[in-house]
Amino acid sequence: MDTTNNKHNKLLDTIDFGKVIVYIVIIIGCISMLIPFIWMILTAFKGYGEAISIPPTIFPKEIKWSNFKEAWTSLPFTNLYYNTFMVILIRIITTLITSSLAGYAFARINFPFKKLLFSIVLIQMMLPPQIFIIPQYTMAGKLGILNSILGLVFPGIVSAFGVFLMVQHFKSIPIELEEAATLDGCSRFTIYHKIMLPLSKSSLVALSIFTALFAYKSLMWPLISSVQVEKMTLTAGIATLKGQYDTNFPVNMAASFIAMLPMLILYGIFQKHFIKGIAFTGTKG
Amino acid sequence: MRRRESDIMWGLLMVSPAIIGLIILNIIPFLNSVSLSFMEHDGLSDPIFVGLDNYKRMLESKEVVRSVGSTLWYALLSVPGGAFFGLVFAVLLNDKIKGKGIFRTVFFSPMVVAPAAIAMIWKWIFNTDFGIINYILSIVGIDKIKWLTTPNMIIPSLAIVTIWSSMGYNLIILLAGLQGIPDHYYEAASIDGASPFRKFFSITVPLVSPMLFFVLVTSMMNAIKQFDLFYVMLGSTSPSASKAQTLLYLFYNYAFRMHEKGYASAIVILAFIILLLITAFQFWYEKKWVHYE
Repeated sequence: MDTTNNKHNKLLDTIDFGKVIVYIVIIIGCISMLIPFIWMILTAFKGYGEAISIPPTIFPKEIKWSNFKEAWTSLPFTNLYYNTFMVILIRIITTLITSSLAGYAFARINFPFKKLLFSIVLIQMMLPPQIFIIPQYTMAGKLGILNSILGLVFPGIVSAFGVFLMVQHFKSIPIELEEAATLDGCSRFTIYHKIMLPLSKSSLVALSIFTALFAYKSLMWPLISSVQVEKMTLTAGIATLKGQYDTNFPVNMAASFIAMLPMLILYGIFQKHFIKGIAFTGTKG
Repeated sequence: MRRRESDIMWGLLMVSPAIIGLIILNIIPFLNSVSLSFMEHDGLSDPIFVGLDNYKRMLESKEVVRSVGSTLWYALLSVPGGAFFGLVFAVLLNDKIKGKGIFRTVFFSPMVVAPAAIAMIWKWIFNTDFGIINYILSIVGIDKIKWLTTPNMIIPSLAIVTIWSSMGYNLIILLAGLQGIPDHYYEAASIDGASPFRKFFSITVPLVSPMLFFVLVTSMMNAIKQFDLFYVMLGSTSPSASKAQTLLYLFYNYAFRMHEKGYASAIVILAFIILLLITAFQFWYEKKWVHYE
């Protein structure tokens, strides 16, 4: 008789309301993560008058591509992109090489002063970076590399954290692999080069991502190292806008968007690696 | 490990690039900073030794005391907040959730954006007259809040931004910790009739506490070092900003704007000592609440 009621109840039974609430909360969380970005993009397409109108419009009534043109010319973006790219590239190369070499040696080789030298690595990790910055600035000045890419790269040529990460990684590789190679008469360097490195791909990727993000997000050093905006990184360049375009919000948002884009695109493509890399470096560190 | 003769050579050779780099770029600058803190140095002429003058001035300075207060207040607001939301969403995502990958990607996204750019966006959002937050508040009848121009609101505003941007990172770390908790603990608790709350406090929290500890320690370190957000969102433009400066913003001002590098060095040493004390306290307190298997 009451077949429709029974069917209805069965459906309600299969819906787990607890789960539904969980999904809803998560989605609310995601939306609140995205809203600032979305609002930035929407504002970037609006004209100034519309952007500051009350009540505010959500979608731009008229798409002002000119904001992006103006934003693009407000900063020497080509230079900023190039500088940022070069800093990241150079730092990744130098950090990976120095960290993996030192990491392997600390993890697997016995040599005099090993404990003392490793304590240098640990000390650096405990100190806030700004404690080095004034002397680093003086040094860079004496070397004549201020206001240049080399200057931007300077403090990040080596990474104590990178060494630490690689030490942890190499320690986790079974020692039997090395012993076999040693019996074959391989030198330490050959072991490093032919055996250890190929096994280190995920750690090296994680370290690269960490180095890249750190270089990209860095503000204080590029700000003081480079006097001219043409010689700054994207992040420092954007920070200089806070004076001039302070009230031209749409252009400001357009410029911020242009500055964020490269890393966001990379992140979109390599999400898994980014997240795995940061979580990995976080949990191992 | 058998020690071969070439080991000594290889060992030292392989660590030398990194170690030499660290000595030149970090150890020597650190020692320089310490010695600089006892000097007066404008960056151009030679430094002059002034003994403890910088430290005396610092401890007597209202500006520095206020800055320490602002920085600690900022840490107090942003660190637990970021950890809490990270944990909540980590717990929610730990379940069998479809689309976990996408959610994680979204939550983590602020981490790949430079704090300077994030600051620009939020500066606009917090705008007193045209920002979206004040508009939404006006709908529910709350008056405009001068987020970035009222001295007392500055630190909370920065804390909100920090919680928003660090939540994702904390989530990822805590999720990794949660996934190490064996399911059968929860199953056994269910059999015993434990409520979700009981399960959370008796199983989840203790077993995720090492990761939580890591999150709290690293968040605290980042909070004490806060500069980027303050510089971009406030900087030198707003007069009330000077009442809520973070310690490292003060450092930047003295070091590179006012060219008092000696005094600035004393300030950064102070920041370091505060950091050391807080971290030491956290490690001491760790024994009382962090549960290791």
